[in-house]
Amino acid sequence: MICREVQELIHGYVDGELDLVRNLEMERHFHECPACSGAHERLRTVQSAITTGAPYFRPPSGLESRLRSRLREAAEVDADPPRARHTWQWVGIAAAVLIAALTITVTTRHPAGVELLAQDVVASHVRSLMAAHLTDVPSTDQHTIKPWFNGKLDFSPSVGNFAGQGFPLTGGRLDYLDNRPVAALVYRRRQHIINLFVWPARNQSDSTVRQTELQGYHLLYWTKAGMTYWAASDLNPAELQELVSLVNGL
Amino acid sequence: MLPHLDAAYNLARWLTGNEHDAEDVVQESYLRAVKFFRGFHGESARPWLLAIVRNTCYTWLRRNRMDEPTTELDDSTQVIDPSSANPESILLAAARTELVRQALEALPPGFREIVILRELEGMSYKEIADIASIPVGTVMSRLARARARLQKLLSEPDLTEARA
Repeated sequence: MICREVQELIHGYVDGELDLVRNLEMERHFHECPACSGAHERLRTVQSAITTGAPYFRPPSGLESRLRSRLREAAEVDADPPRARHTWQWVGIAAAVLIAALTITVTTRHPAGVELLAQDVVASHVRSLMAAHLTDVPSTDQHTIKPWFNGKLDFSPSVGNFAGQGFPLTGGRLDYLDNRPVAALVYRRRQHIINLFVWPARNQSDSTVRQTELQGYHLLYWTKAGMTYWAASDLNPAELQELVSLVNGL
Repeated sequence: MLPHLDAAYNLARWLTGNEHDAEDVVQESYLRAVKFFRGFHGESARPWLLAIVRNTCYTWLRRNRMDEPTTELDDSTQVIDPSSANPESILLAAARTELVRQALEALPPGFREIVILRELEGMSYKEIADIASIPVGTVMSRLARARARLQKLLSEPDLTEARA
């Protein structure tokens, strides 16, 4: 790769929008070229200045209740014409369905067992964020984390560090899911924490990656090579899918 | 909590520049969202709603701020960052939230919205492209230009001068 190509792709690189091959080429170039490496460092700095320094404006208290009453009013205005009982009901239903649809996009498709497991996964994820007990073994080195699980688990999870692709590994933790001890690997993406739970699958056959959303967290889950994987995060599903591809490429 | 209210309000607040207008825009957007519900296919609710918020913001800005000159966005040229700004001075600036806020407000809305969606909402280029109705390549080039300007603004603490 030459400097010109690197400069064209550098934003795609810091935003995690490049494919694996190009990512590796970019990294190789940064190692060799101090000018591009400097530009990369400055870009990361600007990015973190924005993500850490820019205020995120929260809605003022009362906005939600004012909004809800306006949505109700709008429904009632539509109900004004005498034979518009139907319309009123329709708008009411539409509003309710809209809210439901916006809240849970895919969950309904999943069987009850998966739903329960999803709740447990989210609970574990949230607990790990709140209890200041994110990791038992804080390390960015997969060669430290993998042996740490030996003797604590009856299986050995594959552990990869994807710092180069924007998903640095920050540690490992023992957790308990699906009635058994499981490995939890903790990754970061910008300010988002991702918990990747791994344990031996009950059903050995590989599955496609499925997606669900619960309490505002995105969950991706799949089975590969005899292992069940659940990734949980508030990160958007598209980027979470990137991590999944990296994990599956191990 | 109404779905995606945080993201909707944050975007409206950044684009309109004040609380009062942001609230008006958010209310109007949700009313429109309910009205146009039939056009919604359920795949990705957040980008869909944010696209409505964004369009409502622009309609609102056109209606209420006729006196402000519209900034033409030039997407044609590729930005190659000439500055060798000192990362430490940018870091120092980042610690001052007020400075970062001013730098973002100094960007034209067409750049600002992309930075907000990317850095504060963590959205992908594709999602941003859908929201702003522009090609993915344009998302990247606008981000490049926006970041180059932010880098410049954050390296020069005297924002009033840099804005001129």
